[in-house]
Amino acid sequence: MDSKIPVRLNVNSRDYHVNVEARQTLADVIREECGLTGTRVGCEHGVCGSCTIIVDGAPVRACLMFAVQAEGKEIRTIEGMADGAELHPVQRAFSENHALQCGFCTPGFIMLITAALEQDSAPADEEIREMLSANLCRCTGYQNIFNAVKQYVGELRERGGTDNNDRNN
Amino acid sequence: MKPAPFTYQRPGNLEEALDILAQVAHEDGRILAGGQSLVPMMALRLAFPAHLVDINDIPSLQGIEVEQQSLVIRALARHAHFHQPAVSGPLGSMLAKVAQNIAHYPVRQRGTFCGSLAHADPASEWCLTAVTLDGSVMVQSRNGSRELPAGTFFQGPMTTALEPDEMITAVRLPMPDAGSRFGFYEFNRRAGDFALAMCQVMFTQEEDRMTGVRLGIGGAEEVPRRLGEVEEMLTGQRLTEKAILSASECAASVITPLEDIQTPVDYRRHLVKTSVRRALEAARDSGNGQ
Repeated sequence: MDSKIPVRLNVNSRDYHVNVEARQTLADVIREECGLTGTRVGCEHGVCGSCTIIVDGAPVRACLMFAVQAEGKEIRTIEGMADGAELHPVQRAFSENHALQCGFCTPGFIMLITAALEQDSAPADEEIREMLSANLCRCTGYQNIFNAVKQYVGELRERGGTDNNDRNN
Repeated sequence: MKPAPFTYQRPGNLEEALDILAQVAHEDGRILAGGQSLVPMMALRLAFPAHLVDINDIPSLQGIEVEQQSLVIRALARHAHFHQPAVSGPLGSMLAKVAQNIAHYPVRQRGTFCGSLAHADPASEWCLTAVTLDGSVMVQSRNGSRELPAGTFFQGPMTTALEPDEMITAVRLPMPDAGSRFGFYEFNRRAGDFALAMCQVMFTQEEDRMTGVRLGIGGAEEVPRRLGEVEEMLTGQRLTEKAILSASECAASVITPLEDIQTPVDYRRHLVKTSVRRALEAARDSGNGQ
Protein backbone atom coordinates (compact mmCIF):
# COMPACT_ATOMS: atom_id res chain seq x y z
CA MET A 1 0.00 0.00 0.00
CA ASP A 2 2.93 2.30 0.70
CA SER A 3 4.66 1.38 -2.54
CA LYS A 4 5.56 4.21 -4.85
CA ILE A 5 4.01 4.77 -8.24
CA PRO A 6 5.99 6.30 -11.11
CA VAL A 7 4.21 9.34 -12.51
CA ARG A 8 5.04 11.80 -15.28
CA LEU A 9 3.93 15.31 -14.41
CA ASN A 10 4.01 18.01 -17.06
CA VAL A 11 4.44 21.27 -15.17
CA ASN A 12 4.92 24.54 -17.03
CA SER A 13 5.72 22.59 -20.24
CA ARG A 14 8.45 20.54 -18.58
CA ASP A 15 8.20 16.83 -17.73
CA TYR A 16 9.01 15.71 -14.19
CA HIS A 17 9.37 11.97 -13.58
CA VAL A 18 8.54 11.35 -9.94
CA ASN A 19 7.77 8.37 -7.72
CA VAL A 20 4.89 9.05 -5.38
CA GLU A 21 2.62 7.37 -2.88
CA ALA A 22 -1.01 7.35 -4.00
CA ARG A 23 -1.93 9.45 -0.99
CA GLN A 24 0.47 12.31 -1.83
CA THR A 25 -1.43 15.38 -2.97
CA LEU A 26 -0.51 17.16 -6.16
CA ALA A 27 0.34 20.26 -4.07
CA ASP A 28 2.87 18.36 -1.96
CA VAL A 29 4.44 16.63 -4.96
CA ILE A 30 4.80 19.85 -6.94
CA ARG A 31 6.56 21.41 -3.94
CA GLU A 32 8.61 18.52 -2.64
CA GLU A 33 9.34 16.34 -5.67
CA CYS A 34 9.35 18.95 -8.45
CA GLY A 35 10.91 21.59 -6.20
CA LEU A 36 8.42 24.25 -7.29
CA THR A 37 7.67 25.91 -3.97
CA GLY A 38 5.76 28.88 -5.38
CA THR A 39 2.55 26.89 -4.90
CA ARG A 40 1.58 27.42 -1.26
CA VAL A 41 0.01 24.88 1.04
CA GLY A 42 -2.31 26.42 3.60
CA CYS A 43 -5.23 24.48 5.01
CA GLU A 44 -4.65 21.18 3.16
CA HIS A 45 -8.36 20.48 2.92
CA GLY A 46 -9.69 22.66 0.14
CA VAL A 47 -10.83 25.71 2.06
CA CYS A 48 -8.15 28.40 1.68
CA GLY A 49 -7.29 28.23 -2.03
CA SER A 50 -3.57 28.93 -1.47
CA CYS A 51 -2.57 25.88 -3.50
CA THR A 52 -4.70 26.76 -6.55
CA ILE A 53 -2.99 25.77 -9.81
CA ILE A 54 -4.24 25.29 -13.37
CA VAL A 55 -4.80 21.73 -14.61
CA ASP A 56 -5.89 21.31 -18.23
CA GLY A 57 -7.12 24.90 -18.25
CA ALA A 58 -9.18 24.71 -15.04
CA PRO A 59 -8.27 26.32 -11.71
CA VAL A 60 -8.12 23.52 -9.14
CA ARG A 61 -7.18 23.04 -5.51
CA ALA A 62 -3.91 21.09 -5.72
CA CYS A 63 -4.50 19.72 -2.21
CA LEU A 64 -7.70 18.01 -3.41
CA MET A 65 -6.07 16.10 -6.27
CA PHE A 66 -3.67 13.25 -5.81
CA ALA A 67 -0.50 13.50 -7.87
CA VAL A 68 -1.24 10.11 -9.46
CA GLN A 69 -4.39 11.67 -10.94
CA ALA A 70 -2.40 14.34 -12.78
CA GLU A 71 -0.40 11.96 -14.97
CA GLY A 72 -0.13 13.43 -18.46
CA LYS A 73 -2.19 16.52 -17.69
CA GLU A 74 -1.04 20.04 -18.53
CA ILE A 75 -0.22 21.70 -15.22
CA ARG A 76 0.57 25.39 -14.78
CA THR A 77 1.95 26.93 -11.60
CA ILE A 78 3.04 30.42 -10.59
CA GLU A 79 6.60 29.66 -11.77
CA GLY A 80 5.31 29.45 -15.36
CA MET A 81 3.62 32.84 -15.38
CA ALA A 82 6.35 35.42 -15.90
CA ASP A 83 8.29 35.47 -19.16
CA GLY A 84 11.82 35.94 -17.87
CA ALA A 85 11.90 39.30 -16.12
CA GLU A 86 8.58 40.33 -17.64
CA LEU A 87 5.65 39.74 -15.35
CA HIS A 88 2.43 38.14 -16.56
CA PRO A 89 -0.27 40.85 -16.90
CA VAL A 90 -2.11 39.48 -13.83
CA GLN A 91 1.09 39.68 -11.78
CA ARG A 92 1.70 43.23 -13.06
CA ALA A 93 -1.87 44.24 -12.17
CA PHE A 94 -1.30 42.87 -8.63
CA SER A 95 1.90 44.90 -8.31
CA GLU A 96 0.34 48.10 -9.63
CA ASN A 97 -2.74 47.81 -7.39
CA HIS A 98 -0.92 46.80 -4.19
CA ALA A 99 -2.93 43.59 -4.30
CA LEU A 100 -0.51 41.71 -2.06
CA GLN A 101 0.72 42.31 1.43
CA CYS A 102 2.42 39.28 3.00
CA GLY A 103 2.16 37.48 -0.34
CA PHE A 104 1.34 34.01 0.94
CA CYS A 105 -2.02 33.80 -0.86
CA THR A 106 -0.80 35.55 -4.00
CA PRO A 107 0.22 32.55 -6.17
CA GLY A 108 -3.17 30.92 -5.54
CA PHE A 109 -5.03 34.10 -6.43
CA ILE A 110 -2.94 34.66 -9.57
CA MET A 111 -3.64 31.14 -10.84
CA LEU A 112 -7.35 31.35 -9.93
CA ILE A 113 -7.80 34.68 -11.71
CA THR A 114 -5.77 33.68 -14.76
CA ALA A 115 -7.75 30.49 -15.35
CA ALA A 116 -11.14 32.03 -14.54
CA LEU A 117 -10.55 34.85 -17.04
CA GLU A 118 -9.38 32.41 -19.69
CA GLN A 119 -12.80 30.75 -19.31
CA ASP A 120 -14.72 34.05 -19.31
CA SER A 121 -12.76 37.20 -20.09
CA ALA A 122 -15.60 39.66 -19.39
CA PRO A 123 -17.06 38.83 -15.96
CA ALA A 124 -19.47 41.21 -14.21
CA ASP A 125 -18.31 42.77 -10.93
CA GLU A 126 -20.48 40.35 -8.96
CA GLU A 127 -19.00 37.40 -10.82
CA ILE A 128 -15.49 38.64 -10.02
CA ARG A 129 -16.37 38.90 -6.32
CA GLU A 130 -17.93 35.44 -6.34
CA MET A 131 -14.85 34.01 -8.06
CA LEU A 132 -12.46 35.70 -5.60
CA SER A 133 -14.48 34.36 -2.65
CA ALA A 134 -12.86 30.99 -3.41
CA ASN A 135 -9.54 32.06 -1.90
CA LEU A 136 -8.61 33.49 1.48
CA CYS A 137 -6.30 36.45 2.08
CA ARG A 138 -5.59 36.70 5.80
CA CYS A 139 -4.17 40.21 5.32
CA THR A 140 -7.74 40.82 4.08
CA GLY A 141 -6.60 42.89 1.13
CA TYR A 142 -9.51 41.81 -1.02
CA GLN A 143 -10.45 45.24 -2.39
CA ASN A 144 -7.06 45.72 -4.02
CA ILE A 145 -7.17 42.20 -5.42
CA PHE A 146 -10.58 43.07 -6.89
CA ASN A 147 -9.08 46.30 -8.32
CA ALA A 148 -6.26 44.30 -9.91
CA VAL A 149 -8.77 41.97 -11.57
CA LYS A 150 -10.76 44.96 -12.84
CA GLN A 151 -7.62 46.44 -14.36
CA TYR A 152 -6.75 43.15 -16.05
CA VAL A 153 -10.33 42.72 -17.34
CA GLY A 154 -10.05 46.23 -18.81
CA GLU A 155 -6.75 45.36 -20.49
CA LEU A 156 -8.29 42.20 -21.94
CA ARG A 157 -11.24 44.17 -23.29
CA GLU A 158 -8.88 46.58 -25.04
CA ARG A 159 -6.90 43.69 -26.47
CA GLY A 160 -10.12 41.87 -27.40
CA GLY A 161 -9.82 38.61 -25.46
CA THR A 162 -7.35 36.70 -23.33
CA ASP A 163 -3.93 35.51 -24.37
CA ASN A 164 -5.27 32.03 -24.99
CA ASN A 165 -8.85 32.72 -25.89
CA ASP A 166 -10.38 35.30 -28.16
CA ARG A 167 -13.97 34.05 -28.19
CA ASN A 168 -15.26 37.32 -26.75
CA ASN A 169 -14.04 39.39 -29.69
CA MET B 1 -3.72 16.64 7.64
CA LYS B 2 -2.38 14.06 5.20
CA PRO B 3 -4.64 11.25 3.99
CA ALA B 4 -4.01 7.74 5.30
CA PRO B 5 -2.47 5.27 2.82
CA PHE B 6 -4.71 3.59 0.24
CA THR B 7 -4.35 1.63 -2.96
CA TYR B 8 -5.23 3.47 -6.16
CA GLN B 9 -6.63 2.15 -9.40
CA ARG B 10 -7.81 4.06 -12.45
CA PRO B 11 -9.79 1.80 -14.79
CA GLY B 12 -10.53 2.89 -18.34
CA ASN B 13 -14.06 1.53 -18.64
CA LEU B 14 -17.13 0.98 -16.48
CA GLU B 15 -17.02 -2.84 -16.46
CA GLU B 16 -13.49 -2.82 -15.15
CA ALA B 17 -14.40 -0.21 -12.53
CA LEU B 18 -17.33 -2.32 -11.29
CA ASP B 19 -15.12 -5.42 -11.14
CA ILE B 20 -12.54 -3.59 -9.03
CA LEU B 21 -15.24 -2.07 -6.84
CA ALA B 22 -16.71 -5.53 -6.24
CA GLN B 23 -13.29 -6.74 -5.09
CA VAL B 24 -12.53 -3.84 -2.76
CA ALA B 25 -16.03 -2.82 -1.60
CA HIS B 26 -15.91 -4.85 1.58
CA GLU B 27 -12.50 -3.45 2.52
CA ASP B 28 -13.92 0.09 2.43
CA GLY B 29 -13.18 0.70 -1.23
CA ARG B 30 -14.61 3.94 -2.58
CA ILE B 31 -15.22 5.60 -5.92
CA LEU B 32 -13.16 8.73 -6.56
CA ALA B 33 -14.76 11.18 -9.01
CA GLY B 34 -14.31 14.92 -8.31
CA GLY B 35 -12.86 14.32 -4.87
CA GLN B 36 -14.00 17.70 -3.56
CA SER B 37 -15.78 16.18 -0.53
CA LEU B 38 -14.06 12.82 -0.13
CA VAL B 39 -10.49 14.14 -0.26
CA PRO B 40 -11.02 16.85 2.41
CA MET B 41 -12.57 14.18 4.63
CA MET B 42 -9.54 11.98 4.01
CA ALA B 43 -7.19 14.87 4.82
CA LEU B 44 -9.04 15.40 8.09
CA ARG B 45 -8.94 11.61 8.69
CA LEU B 46 -12.72 11.56 8.95
CA ALA B 47 -12.58 9.06 6.08
CA PHE B 48 -9.80 6.58 5.47
CA PRO B 49 -10.82 4.30 2.60
CA ALA B 50 -8.34 1.50 2.02
CA HIS B 51 -8.87 1.59 -1.75
CA LEU B 52 -9.84 4.26 -4.25
CA VAL B 53 -11.26 3.50 -7.68
CA ASP B 54 -10.71 6.63 -9.79
CA ILE B 55 -13.39 6.83 -12.51
CA ASN B 56 -12.08 10.01 -14.18
CA ASP B 57 -10.70 8.14 -17.21
CA ILE B 58 -13.99 6.47 -18.16
CA PRO B 59 -15.32 8.21 -21.29
CA SER B 60 -18.84 6.69 -21.07
CA LEU B 61 -19.43 8.45 -17.74
CA GLN B 62 -18.86 11.95 -19.11
CA GLY B 63 -21.32 14.65 -20.00
CA ILE B 64 -25.08 15.04 -20.07
CA GLU B 65 -27.78 14.04 -22.52
CA VAL B 66 -31.45 14.77 -23.14
CA GLU B 67 -33.24 11.45 -23.40
CA GLN B 68 -37.03 10.95 -23.61
CA GLN B 69 -38.15 14.04 -21.72
CA SER B 70 -35.43 13.77 -19.12
CA LEU B 71 -31.99 15.17 -18.61
CA VAL B 72 -29.44 12.43 -17.96
CA ILE B 73 -26.46 13.68 -15.95
CA ARG B 74 -23.62 11.17 -16.03
CA ALA B 75 -21.20 10.43 -13.21
CA LEU B 76 -18.42 12.75 -14.42
CA ALA B 77 -20.51 15.85 -15.23
CA ARG B 78 -18.89 18.60 -13.13
CA HIS B 79 -20.74 21.36 -11.31
CA ALA B 80 -19.16 23.87 -13.73
CA HIS B 81 -20.97 22.11 -16.58
CA PHE B 82 -24.09 23.94 -15.35
CA HIS B 83 -22.60 27.46 -15.03
CA GLN B 84 -24.37 28.26 -18.30
CA PRO B 85 -27.79 26.69 -18.96
CA ALA B 86 -26.95 23.11 -20.00
CA VAL B 87 -30.37 22.62 -21.61
CA SER B 88 -32.93 25.09 -22.88
CA GLY B 89 -36.02 25.97 -20.85
CA PRO B 90 -36.61 26.29 -17.12
CA LEU B 91 -34.53 23.26 -16.10
CA GLY B 92 -31.29 24.62 -17.58
CA SER B 93 -31.94 28.04 -16.05
CA MET B 94 -32.66 26.56 -12.66
CA LEU B 95 -29.58 24.32 -12.67
CA ALA B 96 -27.44 27.36 -13.55
CA LYS B 97 -28.95 29.32 -10.67
CA VAL B 98 -28.36 26.45 -8.24
CA ALA B 99 -24.79 25.85 -9.47
CA GLN B 100 -23.79 29.40 -8.48
CA ASN B 101 -24.44 28.43 -4.87
CA ILE B 102 -22.23 25.33 -4.82
CA ALA B 103 -18.96 25.86 -2.95
CA HIS B 104 -16.47 27.95 -4.94
CA TYR B 105 -15.29 28.32 -8.53
CA PRO B 106 -12.32 25.88 -8.41
CA VAL B 107 -14.33 23.28 -6.49
CA ARG B 108 -17.02 23.47 -9.17
CA GLN B 109 -14.41 22.64 -11.83
CA ARG B 110 -13.79 19.21 -10.29
CA GLY B 111 -16.77 18.25 -8.14
CA THR B 112 -19.53 16.24 -9.80
CA PHE B 113 -23.33 16.25 -9.64
CA CYS B 114 -23.51 12.49 -9.05
CA GLY B 115 -20.70 12.62 -6.49
CA SER B 116 -22.76 15.10 -4.45
CA LEU B 117 -25.60 12.60 -4.39
CA ALA B 118 -23.34 9.73 -3.36
CA HIS B 119 -21.85 11.89 -0.60
CA ALA B 120 -25.36 12.89 0.58
CA ASP B 121 -24.49 15.92 2.68
CA PRO B 122 -27.76 17.36 4.04
CA ALA B 123 -26.62 20.78 2.75
CA SER B 124 -26.05 19.59 -0.83
CA GLU B 125 -27.81 21.71 -3.45
CA TRP B 126 -27.88 18.88 -6.00
CA CYS B 127 -29.42 16.41 -3.52
CA LEU B 128 -32.22 18.92 -2.95
CA THR B 129 -32.60 19.42 -6.71
CA ALA B 130 -32.87 15.68 -7.37
CA VAL B 131 -35.53 15.32 -4.67
CA THR B 132 -37.56 18.41 -5.60
CA LEU B 133 -37.70 17.42 -9.26
CA ASP B 134 -38.44 13.74 -8.54
CA GLY B 135 -35.21 12.67 -10.19
CA SER B 136 -33.96 9.14 -10.16
CA VAL B 137 -30.56 7.76 -9.37
CA MET B 138 -29.15 5.13 -11.72
CA VAL B 139 -26.81 2.80 -9.87
CA GLN B 140 -24.84 -0.17 -11.09
CA SER B 141 -22.77 -2.99 -9.70
CA ARG B 142 -21.19 -6.03 -11.32
CA ASN B 143 -24.46 -7.83 -10.59
CA GLY B 144 -26.76 -5.44 -12.40
CA SER B 145 -28.32 -2.02 -12.34
CA ARG B 146 -31.13 -0.30 -10.45
CA GLU B 147 -32.96 2.98 -10.84
CA LEU B 148 -33.88 4.48 -7.45
CA PRO B 149 -36.21 7.43 -6.82
CA ALA B 150 -34.27 10.34 -5.32
CA GLY B 151 -37.04 10.70 -2.71
CA THR B 152 -36.02 7.42 -1.06
CA PHE B 153 -32.32 7.40 -2.02
CA PHE B 154 -31.27 9.57 0.92
CA GLN B 155 -31.57 7.73 4.23
CA GLY B 156 -29.78 10.12 6.57
CA PRO B 157 -26.82 12.49 6.68
CA MET B 158 -24.08 10.97 4.46
CA THR B 159 -26.20 7.81 4.16
CA THR B 160 -27.80 6.53 0.97
CA ALA B 161 -29.45 3.43 -0.42
CA LEU B 162 -26.22 2.54 -2.29
CA GLU B 163 -24.78 -0.89 -1.57
CA PRO B 164 -21.01 -0.98 -1.00
CA ASP B 165 -20.36 -2.54 -4.43
CA GLU B 166 -22.66 -0.13 -6.28
CA MET B 167 -21.83 3.19 -7.87
CA ILE B 168 -23.97 5.96 -9.32
CA THR B 169 -23.58 6.01 -13.10
CA ALA B 170 -26.07 8.81 -13.79
CA VAL B 171 -28.95 10.85 -12.44
CA ARG B 172 -32.12 11.37 -14.44
CA LEU B 173 -34.10 14.59 -14.00
CA PRO B 174 -37.52 14.85 -15.67
CA MET B 175 -37.84 17.92 -17.91
CA PRO B 176 -40.43 20.31 -16.49
CA ASP B 177 -43.08 21.99 -18.69
CA ALA B 178 -41.62 24.75 -20.81
CA GLY B 179 -43.73 27.36 -19.01
CA SER B 180 -42.70 26.31 -15.48
CA ARG B 181 -41.57 28.94 -13.03
CA PHE B 182 -38.91 28.27 -10.46
CA GLY B 183 -37.26 29.86 -7.47
CA PHE B 184 -34.24 28.96 -5.38
CA TYR B 185 -32.90 30.58 -2.25
CA GLU B 186 -30.04 29.49 -0.02
CA PHE B 187 -28.90 31.01 3.25
CA ASN B 188 -25.36 30.74 4.53
CA ARG B 189 -23.17 33.11 6.46
CA ARG B 190 -20.37 33.37 3.87
CA ALA B 191 -20.35 32.82 0.11
CA GLY B 192 -19.72 29.18 -0.68
CA ASP B 193 -20.37 27.86 2.84
CA PHE B 194 -22.64 24.93 3.56
CA ALA B 195 -26.30 25.92 3.40
CA LEU B 196 -27.99 26.49 6.75
CA ALA B 197 -31.32 26.36 4.94
CA MET B 198 -32.45 26.42 1.34
CA CYS B 199 -35.65 26.13 -0.61
CA GLN B 200 -36.30 25.17 -4.20
CA VAL B 201 -39.70 25.57 -5.81
CA MET B 202 -41.14 24.86 -9.24
CA PHE B 203 -44.70 25.11 -10.55
CA THR B 204 -46.79 25.94 -13.59
CA GLN B 205 -49.67 28.37 -13.68
CA GLU B 206 -53.14 28.06 -15.17
CA GLU B 207 -54.89 31.42 -15.25
CA ASP B 208 -52.67 32.71 -12.46
CA ARG B 209 -53.29 29.69 -10.27
CA MET B 210 -50.46 27.36 -9.35
CA THR B 211 -50.48 23.72 -10.40
CA GLY B 212 -47.90 20.95 -10.26
CA VAL B 213 -46.27 22.60 -7.24
CA ARG B 214 -42.97 21.13 -6.09
CA LEU B 215 -41.37 22.64 -3.02
CA GLY B 216 -38.27 21.13 -1.44
CA ILE B 217 -36.24 22.06 1.64
CA GLY B 218 -32.55 21.27 2.10
CA GLY B 219 -29.84 21.97 4.64
CA ALA B 220 -32.39 22.12 7.44
CA GLU B 221 -33.24 18.47 8.09
CA GLU B 222 -31.28 15.23 7.98
CA VAL B 223 -32.18 14.71 4.32
CA PRO B 224 -33.66 17.00 1.68
CA ARG B 225 -37.38 16.46 1.08
CA ARG B 226 -40.48 17.88 -0.54
CA LEU B 227 -42.99 19.40 1.85
CA GLY B 228 -46.33 17.90 0.79
CA GLU B 229 -48.32 20.08 3.21
CA VAL B 230 -46.93 23.27 1.70
CA GLU B 231 -47.35 22.04 -1.87
CA GLU B 232 -51.02 21.27 -1.17
CA MET B 233 -51.52 24.64 0.44
CA LEU B 234 -50.17 26.43 -2.64
CA THR B 235 -51.92 24.31 -5.28
CA GLY B 236 -54.79 26.17 -6.91
CA GLN B 237 -53.79 29.46 -5.26
CA ARG B 238 -52.58 32.72 -6.75
CA LEU B 239 -49.07 33.60 -5.65
CA THR B 240 -50.08 36.51 -3.42
CA GLU B 241 -48.19 37.98 -0.46
CA LYS B 242 -50.64 36.18 1.80
CA ALA B 243 -50.09 32.81 0.09
CA ILE B 244 -46.32 33.25 0.33
CA LEU B 245 -46.52 34.10 4.03
CA SER B 246 -48.80 31.15 4.83
CA ALA B 247 -46.59 28.74 2.89
CA SER B 248 -43.40 29.91 4.58
CA GLU B 249 -44.97 29.69 8.04
CA CYS B 250 -46.32 26.23 7.28
CA ALA B 251 -42.87 25.05 6.09
CA ALA B 252 -41.21 26.33 9.26
CA SER B 253 -43.73 24.51 11.44
CA VAL B 254 -43.64 21.10 9.74
CA ILE B 255 -39.89 20.54 9.60
CA THR B 256 -37.74 18.66 12.09
CA PRO B 257 -34.68 20.93 12.12
CA LEU B 258 -31.07 19.83 12.51
CA GLU B 259 -29.51 21.42 15.55
CA ASP B 260 -25.97 22.39 16.45
CA ILE B 261 -24.39 24.81 18.86
CA GLN B 262 -24.43 27.69 16.38
CA THR B 263 -27.81 26.87 14.88
CA PRO B 264 -30.56 26.25 17.44
CA VAL B 265 -33.88 24.79 16.30
CA ASP B 266 -35.78 28.07 16.42
CA TYR B 267 -33.14 29.84 14.33
CA ARG B 268 -33.28 27.14 11.70
CA ARG B 269 -37.08 27.31 11.55
CA HIS B 270 -36.75 31.03 11.02
CA LEU B 271 -34.22 30.48 8.21
CA VAL B 272 -36.55 27.96 6.56
CA LYS B 273 -39.43 30.42 6.73
CA THR B 274 -37.29 33.11 5.11
CA SER B 275 -35.87 30.72 2.50
CA VAL B 276 -39.34 29.57 1.43
CA ARG B 277 -40.56 33.16 1.21
CA ARG B 278 -37.57 34.28 -0.86
CA ALA B 279 -37.70 31.25 -3.18
CA LEU B 280 -41.42 31.89 -3.84
CA GLU B 281 -40.76 35.60 -4.39
CA ALA B 282 -37.99 34.71 -6.84
CA ALA B 283 -40.42 32.46 -8.73
CA ARG B 284 -43.04 35.20 -8.74
CA ASP B 285 -40.61 37.89 -9.93
CA SER B 286 -39.02 35.79 -12.66
CA GLY B 287 -40.62 35.55 -16.07
CA ASN B 288 -41.63 32.14 -17.34
CA GLY B 289 -38.57 29.93 -17.27
CA GLN B 290 -36.23 32.76 -16.38
